[in-house]
Amino acid sequence: MEQILANGLYLGAQYALIALGLTLIFSLMNVLNFAHGQMYVFGGFVTYTVVAQLGLPFIVGLFASAVVLAVMGALIEKFLFRPVIRKSKRDESTMLLAAGIAFFLDAVILLLFGEKQRGVPKVVDGVLNWDMRIIMPYDRILIAVLAIALIVGFILFMQYSRTGRAMRALAQDRVAAQLMGVDVDRYSMIGFALGAMLAGLVGGLLVTITGINLGMGGPTSVKAFLMIMIGGAGVISGAIAGGFILGMMESVGLTLLASYGDVTYLVIFVTLMIFLAIRPQGLMGKPWG
Amino acid sequence: MSMPRLAGVLAFLLGVFVLVPLVIGMTGRWDFYYTLTSVALLSVAAAGVWLTFYIGRINIGQGAYALMGGYVSAVLMTQYGVSFWLTLPLAGIFCAAISVLIGLPILRLRGVYFAMVTLVLTEVARLTALALPITNGAKGITSIPLPGELSVFGMTIIPDFATLENPKLAFYLMAALLMTLTYLILWRIVNSRLGHLCRSLQQNEELSASIGVNTAMLRVLAYAISSFFGGLAGAIFVAISQSIYPSSFVVQDSVNFMLYCFLGGLGYVFGPMLGTLLLYFGWDLLSIAKEYQLLIYSGALIALMLVLPNGVLSLLDKKGGRK
Repeated sequence: MEQILANGLYLGAQYALIALGLTLIFSLMNVLNFAHGQMYVFGGFVTYTVVAQLGLPFIVGLFASAVVLAVMGALIEKFLFRPVIRKSKRDESTMLLAAGIAFFLDAVILLLFGEKQRGVPKVVDGVLNWDMRIIMPYDRILIAVLAIALIVGFILFMQYSRTGRAMRALAQDRVAAQLMGVDVDRYSMIGFALGAMLAGLVGGLLVTITGINLGMGGPTSVKAFLMIMIGGAGVISGAIAGGFILGMMESVGLTLLASYGDVTYLVIFVTLMIFLAIRPQGLMGKPWG
Repeated sequence: MSMPRLAGVLAFLLGVFVLVPLVIGMTGRWDFYYTLTSVALLSVAAAGVWLTFYIGRINIGQGAYALMGGYVSAVLMTQYGVSFWLTLPLAGIFCAAISVLIGLPILRLRGVYFAMVTLVLTEVARLTALALPITNGAKGITSIPLPGELSVFGMTIIPDFATLENPKLAFYLMAALLMTLTYLILWRIVNSRLGHLCRSLQQNEELSASIGVNTAMLRVLAYAISSFFGGLAGAIFVAISQSIYPSSFVVQDSVNFMLYCFLGGLGYVFGPMLGTLLLYFGWDLLSIAKEYQLLIYSGALIALMLVLPNGVLSLLDKKGGRK
């Protein structure tokens, strides 16, 4: 039982970090970022390139992922989403754009990094063994701690910094924020960059454990959608809750349902649909976003 | 029907049923038949997605119904020996019935929430197909017979596909006919009372409910029609490839259906057809670019979005001036 909980926490910390980026972008711009999973893969490959090919320390790779993805996010917002949002008649048009960007990133990743599975060597060696009740490699613990630290840092940033306050105002009411003198364009760009950066960071963290490959983008996006549906779209606390809940469900499900074959995700999906039929806005979401 | 419109319809029919076979016969590019058949079938499924867009819902779950329809048809044919032509409407009706059950709760959701649930639905369909015994798991159902003879009172209407010299042409004609019928129905729906009611849902659901429109029934009805088209297209796909696997229709396909609608234009009945043709055929033609195929394709997609965010058919608006 302790093992299951520990696994759940470890998975949940990563998931929450992915969901945070997605929900941030959604709350600021009302854009469902289909390319989130691809951004995550891209971040992983940047870390791989810096660490495994250039031979620099892991932390440099992580930093490089964050910077590259933040710049990419800012450029995507400024030159792609902003003009399309201004010109299109229906909000949903951005979904086509987001899907196009997802394909584009897939193509870029394929050309730059190839289709092979890539990983970097372990950051720390050794396995924690607590009385045979919890067995977990140290590098997983390190990644989980780093992920939780990043989540806490992100919350503090959103809560107390000037930029964070501006973004929260923007998420609450775009027009009101603009009337109060918030530079909407600027903070949308920063928000998108921050969301992309979080995706890149998770990619960089996970490349040390599970490795990374081209095909991981799409399924990661679907999982991230799940998490923000559980918690409620566009709510930061909801994204964190959703991430941890999905991590726990996966961990518990894989153990309990193992004897019935590969049905964990089927059970999770069906549960989610029933849950959403009763509470459409998720745990903490506002009705109708 | 006004003259230019009549001329347009005639030109379309002439192009699809006469010109295409003629040109393919002359150039000898028989592989285009398969591509164009796929375009026709995908545009049938996309027509369903478009109808859900029309009531203001983003549907990324059409792949689920295509898969479901395919499996219904495959199971009926291989295990119960039902004729293909009978399984076709059955697959559609089965999907419509399931969509009513699923739609009743989830159609209460809106915007991104509905979009995400339908996206998950595609995954549910795939995983269910993997888990159920009747679908034969990951191995799928293979060696499904070609469509047999259809006859009424001893008169052969459609000959047995297996005896045909050129089943590719037969499949193409069938798919094209189905596509024409689908868009005829869609056009009829949009220009009827039902279409007006759907438009009122798209604009403001609360307002239309307050004037007395039965919004709950209406959106389930639109969703059921949409799923019917999805199931139909899936069933024919199975007949063409003679096999079905849980991965025959995945999230990617569901997203593609949505993209076809966007690209063609959400405000135009024939938008999804044009979108499917451009995207699917374009993708096929781009295969000469080898490893840069996806790069060029997605680059073009993004560029199109920047230039024409309201779909390709919005070009017509500008030509005719503001209404």
